[in-house]
Amino acid sequence: MRNPHRTQKIAFFLLFMATLLIVVPVGLIVVIIIQKGLPAINWQFLTDIPRQGMRAGGIFPAILGTIYLVTGAIIFALPIGLFAAIYLSEYSKDNILNRLIRLAIVNLAGVPSVVYGLFGLAIFVIFFKFGASILSGSLTLGIMILPIIITSSREALESVPQSFREVSLSLGASKWQTIRHIVLPNAIPGILTGTILGLGRAAGETAPILFTVAAFYLPQLPKSIFDQAMALPYHLYVISTQVPNVDEKIRYGTAFVLLALVLFMNLVAIIIRYKFRKKKKW
Amino acid sequence: MVKFNIKDLNVWFGAAHVLKGVEMDILAHEILSVIGPSNSGKTTFIRTLNRMNDLNSNFRMEGIVGLDKEDVKAIDVEALRRRVGMVFALPLPLPLSIFENVAYGIRMYGENDKKKIAVKVEEALKQGYLWEEVKDRLSESAFKLSGGQQQRLCIARTLAVEPEVILFDEPCSGLDPISTAKVEDAMVELKEKYTIVLVTNNVKQAARVGDRTAFFLSGELIELDNTDRLFTAPHDKRTDGYIRGKFG
Amino acid sequence: MTGSMRKIKEFIVEKLILICGAASIFFVVLIFLFLLKEGLALFNIESPLKFLFGKSWYPISEPPKLGIFPLILGSLMVTAGAAIISIPIGVGCAIYIAEIAPAKTKEVLKAGIELLAAIPSVVLGFIGMVTLVPLVKTVFHLPTGLTALSGSIMLAFMAMPTIVSIAEDALYSVPKTYKEGALALGATHWQTIWRVMLPAASSGILAAVMLGIGRVIGETMAVMMITGNAAVIPQSILVPVRTLTATIAAEMGEAVVGSEHYFALFAIGIVLFIISFAINATADLFLHKRQ
Repeated sequence: MRNPHRTQKIAFFLLFMATLLIVVPVGLIVVIIIQKGLPAINWQFLTDIPRQGMRAGGIFPAILGTIYLVTGAIIFALPIGLFAAIYLSEYSKDNILNRLIRLAIVNLAGVPSVVYGLFGLAIFVIFFKFGASILSGSLTLGIMILPIIITSSREALESVPQSFREVSLSLGASKWQTIRHIVLPNAIPGILTGTILGLGRAAGETAPILFTVAAFYLPQLPKSIFDQAMALPYHLYVISTQVPNVDEKIRYGTAFVLLALVLFMNLVAIIIRYKFRKKKKW
Repeated sequence: MVKFNIKDLNVWFGAAHVLKGVEMDILAHEILSVIGPSNSGKTTFIRTLNRMNDLNSNFRMEGIVGLDKEDVKAIDVEALRRRVGMVFALPLPLPLSIFENVAYGIRMYGENDKKKIAVKVEEALKQGYLWEEVKDRLSESAFKLSGGQQQRLCIARTLAVEPEVILFDEPCSGLDPISTAKVEDAMVELKEKYTIVLVTNNVKQAARVGDRTAFFLSGELIELDNTDRLFTAPHDKRTDGYIRGKFG
Repeated sequence: MTGSMRKIKEFIVEKLILICGAASIFFVVLIFLFLLKEGLALFNIESPLKFLFGKSWYPISEPPKLGIFPLILGSLMVTAGAAIISIPIGVGCAIYIAEIAPAKTKEVLKAGIELLAAIPSVVLGFIGMVTLVPLVKTVFHLPTGLTALSGSIMLAFMAMPTIVSIAEDALYSVPKTYKEGALALGATHWQTIWRVMLPAASSGILAAVMLGIGRVIGETMAVMMITGNAAVIPQSILVPVRTLTATIAAEMGEAVVGSEHYFALFAIGIVLFIISFAINATADLFLHKRQ
């Protein structure tokens, strides 16, 4: 039998290599985007509208459109997702309904983003006749991030110790009072974390907005939720694949802004989660 | 005067028959000690009095628990729990300030007047023998108090909603002897205004504090009598065995 | 607020909570229904078998040829390639992070993986276009680097955070007693991992792999930008292909609402929905079986 220690050394080395194979390229990607995108970033790039068919000017409408879409998505997803999480954490019992709900959440989380786009097209754009609009796009994105909100909110609610609920109920408070005054306030950091992660996800998605809201070039900024909008992910897609002769700097610059936005949101969420864990009062 | 009238009480958690045919009266303004080994059903018993067992989805009950001649199942559960308060085994402050802990129940009933709340909070803390120690730091987190203080806070919190009955479920299990003594003194004072049911694993505490004592074993009420008589001349052999420490 | 007013308000709130609780079921059903509504219309014109196994996808020809077999093969090829790359590397990385990495490095590595998971797919597609595609072209002396291989590599990359984090969870939940028992008998750390922990965590790792693959099958933007969009049966891994997802994304903009092409794209959506449903439900079963 071969020397087991030698086998271990080889195995561990290979595993280390495997890890490097994942982690190093990530770092490289971020570095490349920063290195090549940063030169494009200046005040004009961020606040100007595109000019010359996207070959010059800025990406402000895309940034604004993304902000609108993400805001709309969370307005839709947070109340429903939070209440659904409250149901799962505080009211549901271990029965078939509960398992079906859990299965449904797992599936919503796994539906391909382009299928969400199809769904959004069929129901919001066509059936409800909202047309390609911020409304359609936000609703589609909202449904897409619903599983994220539900899952993270439910975990936050479940982490509140059961003893608090018992005490509150034993004093004669009602179930809802207990949830509203004791459980929810102490779950807010976790809920916030999940919400921001959901926002980050919504900001970066392209396929759901392809048919429901996104336009490549709009002459004016959107004035109502029934207007179309530009969006960062879609913008990056188009200038990378469909517009020839765009300055490399602008492409990387757009990628940089999108990446920075998404990573910033993830960072904020992680910081909240970290500070909350340290500061927990019980 | 009878406060609780319990007739043929049977409780199941799932398939487990946890309380078997319990019949007893609890008298107003008495301290009733409930003793017995672990898993004898003592905690289940007192949790039936304020319907805290309802929180368990496997809970099933037959028989009648009457509070002032009214079946507790017929009383609105929130009103019932206001009338029958509970102090738990471990000090369990809510994640709020000292003041807000005591004010919690009052607020939940809709009292909004700041002055009234402040008066009630002070009153409750005084009855719980905690006022002097915390009056200058009411806005601090309740978790900053010592274990014994936290338990007295929990008592004050229960008193603040002006109950008629207070259930103590092994309230001194986590406390040092001095804090224990303070809690026991509080209980004796409180019986003037309230009816007290004390579940305890500490037989000597039961003897010190209770007017009457009930002995539970394996879900059955074996014996219920004046404390003096139960401890000096118990009727049942098993009571005698438990009190002497022969098992438990 | 009086007591009875409060009770009424609470009753309403609790009903709302119940409704929202069922919301996820409602939306899954709704999505499936709308897909069916538009996609089943195709099967009035064409048989499902011809749709699934037809070898030609020429939606704009007259009459349109709507066979998705090339697209299925495209998706399969890219997914298989991604799986071959990502499973060993992903599981290997999970083992490293869970068992071998020192504590501080562990945190850094986990952060790195989370970072990768957060990068939007269009950004990865863009980077793939400008770095990976030219590389593949040069290395293999191809007329274009937009190939299934490029897609596989990039998608492997995108699947790895899922595989790593779920597999790592699975390893982490193996009871410590298993590990300690083996070590106490004199096994090396690696032997313990290989013979005790991996088998014990196998259903979780399997779930991790399935969810990773599920992610790959559903990926749209990165494949659109890297695999070349040739809707023909691929002869090798070094040629352009077209996946099911990319087809929808690329052609929906041009399909006339209510045309056969339009219905066909929805029919592809049904196929994708069913595949992802099957994968996710099975993976979930594996994840909860061991609990």
